[in-house]
Amino acid sequence: MVRFKRIAKNNSGHHRNPFLGLKMMALVVILIVTIIVSIGLGSLHVPVIDVIKSLIDMGEAKYELILMQLRLPRIVAAVLVGAAMAMAGTMLQALIRNPLASPDLMGTTSGATAAVVAAITIMNGEISVAWLPLAALIGGCFASTLTYMLAWKNGSSPLRMAMIGVAVSSAMGALTIYFTLAGPLHMVSQALGWMAGTVYGTSWKHVLYLAPWVVICGGIALFQSRNLNVLELGDSIAKGVGMRVERKRFLFIALSVILASSAVGIAGGISFVGLMAPHMARKLVGNNNLVVLAASALIGALLVLLADLIGRTVFVPLDVPAGIFTALLGAPFFMYLMFRQSNRV
Amino acid sequence: MNSLLSSDKRKAVGLIAALFLLAAAVAASILFGLQNFDMATVIQAYTSFTGSDEQLIIRTSRVPRAITAAVIGCSLAIAGTMLQAMTRNPLASPSILGVNAGAALAIVAMLYWYGAVFSFSELMWFGFIGAGLSAGIIFMIAMLGKGGMTPLKLILTGSALASFASSLNSLFMLISNATLEGALFWLTGSVSNSSMNHTLQMLPYFICAWVIAMLMSRSLNVMAMGDDVAAGLGQRSMWVKLLTMVVVVILAGGSVALAGPIGFVGIMIPHISRWLVGNDHRWLLPYSAVLGASFLLLADMSSRFLLDGKEIPVGVTTAILGVPFVVWLVRRKALGQI
Repeated sequence: MVRFKRIAKNNSGHHRNPFLGLKMMALVVILIVTIIVSIGLGSLHVPVIDVIKSLIDMGEAKYELILMQLRLPRIVAAVLVGAAMAMAGTMLQALIRNPLASPDLMGTTSGATAAVVAAITIMNGEISVAWLPLAALIGGCFASTLTYMLAWKNGSSPLRMAMIGVAVSSAMGALTIYFTLAGPLHMVSQALGWMAGTVYGTSWKHVLYLAPWVVICGGIALFQSRNLNVLELGDSIAKGVGMRVERKRFLFIALSVILASSAVGIAGGISFVGLMAPHMARKLVGNNNLVVLAASALIGALLVLLADLIGRTVFVPLDVPAGIFTALLGAPFFMYLMFRQSNRV
Repeated sequence: MNSLLSSDKRKAVGLIAALFLLAAAVAASILFGLQNFDMATVIQAYTSFTGSDEQLIIRTSRVPRAITAAVIGCSLAIAGTMLQAMTRNPLASPSILGVNAGAALAIVAMLYWYGAVFSFSELMWFGFIGAGLSAGIIFMIAMLGKGGMTPLKLILTGSALASFASSLNSLFMLISNATLEGALFWLTGSVSNSSMNHTLQMLPYFICAWVIAMLMSRSLNVMAMGDDVAAGLGQRSMWVKLLTMVVVVILAGGSVALAGPIGFVGIMIPHISRWLVGNDHRWLLPYSAVLGASFLLLADMSSRFLLDGKEIPVGVTTAILGVPFVVWLVRRKALGQI
């Protein structure tokens, strides 16, 4: 056990990071400031001071509905979704030791999307929102298992997995359109907006269904992050220090699938956050997965929050799904990563 | 070169059989659907037109649709065959490389900025330009970095570009309040609303591209052996590649202008044809053309029956059929480098 701890620590200590605490603090502060500012922005502009007053329950009654019932739940949902996606991506990248891994590339996002659209249309839109995360979970598990199994051939090569993931995702995309059309016509527009990934129209109810998953799974992930550090060193070393590799790996894969799927269950396919946030976090805070998980959750939250802010303020009166902006930012980022990867190999 | 049909004679017989398959597919596509017709009704619709509902459906919907599907299937399959020869990459095809998505993006962007003021032939040119630009961008980006243009980089770049283009597409459609039907059309591709007029306008370009492709078949054979061998045999690689790209851009861009981005035809059909007749492009191209047309016709016909009383876009059907094929291809030994 002592050796185990030392290895876990050594792995994390490759790059000593002098301003770690400061950087984390800065991220938290930036996130909080962004939340407060974005609550105030929108078709009705509310000054920052009134926002803060409302948040501590001393605001004017005229702002109450719009701030606390319309904007705040949406912003909290964006934060949770971003954090969930980012943590799921961090765990996948460490586990598979593949910088291109993410819930999108594993097919998790698209599988969950297909399952949710199927649930909505088959139940004719009368399904309770509480069941959507469950449907998403089933679809997400199915698609990511499929990708992992199909890509397995004497081990899982990072790039083969990326390619199989692309193929599985497009199959799930086709199924999504199939289910969209199978349902009644008025469901089509709802399903289409949802497919692009949006936190439009989320209420406190949605937040309540999402929050437990994120908090519990995120908490377990942070708590277990030392095991993730060891797993990242490879199976033989992890076995050598006495870890039950298969069991731990299953735990982390399950956590990441649950996190990603529950996020999809609320907000649809907000893509590329799970890919980008972990890389940004690692660049910022080094390689210790405990810190990386926390930092990427913050960065992911920030990304979705900003994407949603752009989506609902720039194109007024339209509400453009946040997923569009994360994809526009994420696709070039993916290409950049790919070249760095192929230069290294 | 372990192909199923080894001698030229067998290949010729096989091609005739494939042509019969194509004829049967055309007939089936005209006859079966939400309403089923018999052959006599179809012939009467053209010989003694009375203006009845049935005859109208045949003349304005079924026949144009069948012809469009055949033309596009043929074009996409040829484009895929040529791309695979040029990049020496078994996974290359207009959809996987993002050429289809780029063409769709160019058309949607122009519709967004200028509104629906364009004639079809103008849209067609936007499709060409979009396909050309995205092909150029993909090849340029894929050449960056160590190791040059590896097959894998080409494909991953293509898929990233495709998701970039399709999210820009949805953005344009959302902020221009495009109808949902239009949205689905530019996201998946469908031949259900094709008009004879548009297809006829497109046909001369397609026929030119087909003929050039067939004339290039010997050069493609040489090019598929790699740059060094091609140079050794005295081929001017640059020109052949450039001409190949022009043909591919016309075929893919034109198909997108007609029917939206339809995936997986350009990747499956060349492989099936290669399995039948081997690597000689003099046989491979005609086989791909005929089989591609038959495949898209049959896919379009079955997409009328996958849902009760509704149709799904043919792009969905081809994706559902194509994905298992791609997975099998990626897992195959020949792709050991991946």
